[in-house]
Amino acid sequence: MSAPNSEYDPVEVSSLHPDEVARMVSDALSAFEAARDLDELKQARLAHTGDRAPLTLANREIGALPPQARKDAGRRVGAARREVGEALARRQAVLEAERDERVLVDEAVDVTLPWDRAPRGARHPLTTIQERVADVFVAMGWEVAEGPEVEAEWLNFDALNIGPDHPARTMQDTFFVAAEGADGADGADDSGLVLRTHTSPVQARTMLARTRQTADGSGEPGRGMPIYVICPGRTFRTDELDATHTPVFSQVEGLAVDEGLTMAHLKGTLDHFASSMFGAGITTRLRPSYFPFTEPSAEMDLQCFVCRGASVGDPERPCRTCGSEGWIEWGGCGMVNPRVLVACGVDPERYTGFAFGMGLERTLMFRHGIEDMHDMVEGDVRFATAFGMEV
Amino acid sequence: MRVPMSWLREFAAVPGSATGRDVADRLIAAGLEVETVDEAGADVSGPLVVGRVLEFVEETHKNGKTVRWCAVDVGAEHNEQRPSHTDDGSTTMSRGVVCGALNFEVGDLVVVSLPGTVLPGGFTITARKTYGHVSDGMICSARELGLGDDHTGILVLRPDEAAPGDDAAAVLHLRDDVLDIAVTPDRGYCLSVRGVAREAATAFGVDYADPAGSGVDEREDDDADGSGYPVRVDDADRCPVFVARTVTGVDPHAPSPRWLQRRVQLAGMRPISLAVDITNYVMLELGQPIHGYDRDALTGTIVVRRAEDGEKLTTLDGVVRTLDPDDLLITDDTGPIGLAGVMGGGTTELSGSTTAIVVEAAHFEATGAGRTARRHKLPSEASKRFERGVDPRAPWAASRRVVELLVEHGGGVADSGMTAVGAVPPATAVDIDTTLPSRVVGVEYTPDEVTRALTSVGATVEAGAGPTVTVTAPSWRPDLTDPYDLVEEVARLRGYGAIPSVLPMAPAGRGVTSGQRVRRRVERAVAAAGYVEAPSYPFVGEGDFDALGFAVDDPRRLAVRLANPLSEEQPLLRTTLLPGLLATLRRNVGRGNTDVALYESGLVFRRGPGTLPRPPRLPVDRRPTEDELAALEDAVPEQPRRLAVALSGAREPAGWWGPARQVSWADAVEAARAVASSAGVRLRVGNDEQAPWHPGRCAALYVGAEVVGHAGELHPRVVQALGLPPRTAAMELDLDRLVGADEDADAPVRAPAVSTFPVATQDVALLVDSSVPAADVEAALRAGAGELLESVRLFDVYTGAQVGEGRRSLAYALRFRAPDRTLTADETTAARDAAVAAAAERTGAELRGA
Ligand SMILES: [Zn+2]
Repeated sequence: MSAPNSEYDPVEVSSLHPDEVARMVSDALSAFEAARDLDELKQARLAHTGDRAPLTLANREIGALPPQARKDAGRRVGAARREVGEALARRQAVLEAERDERVLVDEAVDVTLPWDRAPRGARHPLTTIQERVADVFVAMGWEVAEGPEVEAEWLNFDALNIGPDHPARTMQDTFFVAAEGADGADGADDSGLVLRTHTSPVQARTMLARTRQTADGSGEPGRGMPIYVICPGRTFRTDELDATHTPVFSQVEGLAVDEGLTMAHLKGTLDHFASSMFGAGITTRLRPSYFPFTEPSAEMDLQCFVCRGASVGDPERPCRTCGSEGWIEWGGCGMVNPRVLVACGVDPERYTGFAFGMGLERTLMFRHGIEDMHDMVEGDVRFATAFGMEV
Repeated sequence: MRVPMSWLREFAAVPGSATGRDVADRLIAAGLEVETVDEAGADVSGPLVVGRVLEFVEETHKNGKTVRWCAVDVGAEHNEQRPSHTDDGSTTMSRGVVCGALNFEVGDLVVVSLPGTVLPGGFTITARKTYGHVSDGMICSARELGLGDDHTGILVLRPDEAAPGDDAAAVLHLRDDVLDIAVTPDRGYCLSVRGVAREAATAFGVDYADPAGSGVDEREDDDADGSGYPVRVDDADRCPVFVARTVTGVDPHAPSPRWLQRRVQLAGMRPISLAVDITNYVMLELGQPIHGYDRDALTGTIVVRRAEDGEKLTTLDGVVRTLDPDDLLITDDTGPIGLAGVMGGGTTELSGSTTAIVVEAAHFEATGAGRTARRHKLPSEASKRFERGVDPRAPWAASRRVVELLVEHGGGVADSGMTAVGAVPPATAVDIDTTLPSRVVGVEYTPDEVTRALTSVGATVEAGAGPTVTVTAPSWRPDLTDPYDLVEEVARLRGYGAIPSVLPMAPAGRGVTSGQRVRRRVERAVAAAGYVEAPSYPFVGEGDFDALGFAVDDPRRLAVRLANPLSEEQPLLRTTLLPGLLATLRRNVGRGNTDVALYESGLVFRRGPGTLPRPPRLPVDRRPTEDELAALEDAVPEQPRRLAVALSGAREPAGWWGPARQVSWADAVEAARAVASSAGVRLRVGNDEQAPWHPGRCAALYVGAEVVGHAGELHPRVVQALGLPPRTAAMELDLDRLVGADEDADAPVRAPAVSTFPVATQDVALLVDSSVPAADVEAALRAGAGELLESVRLFDVYTGAQVGEGRRSLAYALRFRAPDRTLTADETTAARDAAVAAAAERTGAELRGA
């Protein structure tokens, strides 16, 4: 930096002349405007605002002026430097925006390239439909009960009014557990165990648990009535696997025991279940039937959720789902036989109950158009994957 | 039960306009499961007529086949201008028909389908040129007409049956609607036309004529004067009624009437001979099984008694049966001649020469007949009926009907005497409160309606005290034993359509249990990790355990065995999920799904060594005691829920980003970690050796000190034995133990203190023996580092010359943070040194580069 020089003639300091300052500003502005990118602008900035730039040098020379001239020249150079600085900032902003835009364009990729590195899993629809059914009932205050698959014959049959000589006991094509080295204490040569043929033993277990007495103070007493439970689970019958049968299948059964329950409550529950699973307004129909554990008993038909009955008698609009019958056989139901209540410790004079059950494979088959049972049991990943995480 | 409508209409005055379908709909609403309505004979149309063979010429053709070129008189309306000679020398018009059958004579009546006739199967008859003649129609066999399987020759009618030109469809009773009904076990009475007709009459509200009349005919009963065939019943409980009548002089060659044959055939039985057809016909009509004995083959008194141990009987089907003392027998002086209520024996069978017949119509107790049928695997038409309950009053009417038909169609003579042993068991009366149906069904029924409904099913109703009435069920309804049985009758007669829809209000429930919630969470987590659920059958065999390399004394070989497995190869219930899951994996790979990751959640079945305890036989007329239930529960095998995964191929596929990452042992262990973390359980992993895993690549999975499962790569021998892709990995653990593992699972989580002070990071590389598990080193570092340690992460494992043989370098990033201050360099270093010191002390680790 040069020191103030009192002998310096201001007239001789041509760089501070207004014309000269204006030319410096003009040169700087032209240079900034001419810069095509940030690098060129940087060069222009150094040339016109750096330590060796004319305006910088001129600014230094102000000090050499006589006091009366300093103020004037200072104001002039200051304004010039401000103008140059602002022009630089403007140009800088413009060029930075241009650069950003170019970089974003350069960095563009094809986002349609697949990135399926993590394979997708899936749950089996037989599992997810059980959860869906459970959710419908839990929302109504029901609970979900479960039980073992190898079951005592007494719970699978006797407690449900299916005595040793009952024809239903042979109707059901039961898998019996072998009596290996049976103790023969009561002369029995059978194991007294079966693979459960239905989920009804869970109903018996639930009633027995609710009616547990603890006179001797051991263990928890039962919770008593009422009972509102849904029992999903695997069941077994000695059918060979074919397009519509499987020896291992799934059922869901419901049981309600309370004061004053009637078949109207059964019908109401089934209607609600039907509309929850198949769409608002879908109802059910009851037909008299026979099951040992219910009396009266009924077969339950589901209104066809595809044609809602419109296909009946209309050959122009056949319905594959219901075979143009308007109704689909869905399950069995009835009022719990008082004999079952007695065997399970429930007072039939005070309580009535209703029960219902349906096959889940069949439900899935007509709900989702599954044509062959093999698909349901063979575990081909393409089958379950189509259903994802819920049904 | 198959019921021809023409038969049903004999007893129920169903409107003539009602079709079989209409009747079926009413019966379905009344609770009969009508599965189909067969329109028998509806597939035959056009000019099907009776013809008489006037003459024929037998011609043998080049292909060796002999045919007859016949002139057939098919009635004036159908004959062509084609004169032929008749037997009596006169001349009549006829048609020329070529026939390939040889079982007829000149003068025989046959069935001719003229051109334009359509036969079953859509087979349309045209005049066609064959064997050098124009055959102007076809002479039909029984099978071609849909009248059974007989195709040994053409159908030859009896001379008195019809005349040429008659409508053959009418002569043969071709057309009828047949209701096919699946009869439920409580409705044995519907295994008869009598019972189904009664239901139809009630459903239509029309008159009904009971073909059994009043059942026991007192007059006939009086005739049981001992002059009939001698019968003695030694077991009156199992055989309360035995009626026998005798017919002699029956023409063994007399044919069954065409209508009777047709009805028996439409009902699903095969016409055999007049006597057999009649016994079947009466059984179908009245539901009372009948047995006919050739009287000349009987020796001495018929005795009904239990079998002696080891006694033998050859039944009608030719099988020699070893009898059980529980079997009830029909015997004569020669020994057993029939299994009572199930099947007769061969020695007294009705034959082609039988002229004297003893007709048995007896009542056998239901459960005993059922047991015998099951024991000998002989579900006969008779046992099916007895098992479901037969009307004990029917034997009189049924035996009488058989005799009448034998006399009428077989030219026989009824013996004047009859035998009737025993008596109809008294009907039980049921008291029912007439308000019960309303209270159970939810529909208002007046006491009057209740009484009317019960009367219409045949019961007698007597008024009692207050709203209670006493109901005596009709003899054909042994199923009506409880008030609730009567409720069903009332409800179904009004119709179930009357039942309103009312949603019951359940009390506030407890939602799903914590176990159910954990299971859902775990299964979702495993699926989210890329596994596809594949539930498999629980059936396994010893071969599966061998393939998995289980040792001879492996407790997983102790499996529950089925008495009647579907396959002798797989008589056991699984003790591990792996056999089914690995079979599913192999199936997927076989179908080209080579990169596959599967899981299954399901029960396995455990048993101890030695005897399987037998659950007690508990009563059903009261609640069992807690002790009785505990004994029952003890006998039910333990059935824990397990979860398994199996995977092979690429865990991450090859793509434009680079090569695939193949499945490894680590994926299986990682699956276990995903399960544990979603269950909220801390899982520890240790090295282990356990079949079926690779002994050097097998992780034991611990919760606390307990091993809950294993994971890793499968043993190469297992992979080979099961035909799996190389390096297949698997994991299996006990889900129940995860659910129960954390006692506080349902307690609220305590929130952590989240420090906002800066983190201090230190990396350490530790040299350890290769045998030292990384998990131990990490545990030591954690223990040594103290409270300031926020996390430890292993970021590099190095083996090679620089660290020496048998050693490896494990590089960890340690992060430290204090809750209340910024850590100084000295504090961080001190904590790191403490961590390294602990690792050194516990695992022999040396700080690398130190
Ligand atoms: Zn439909």
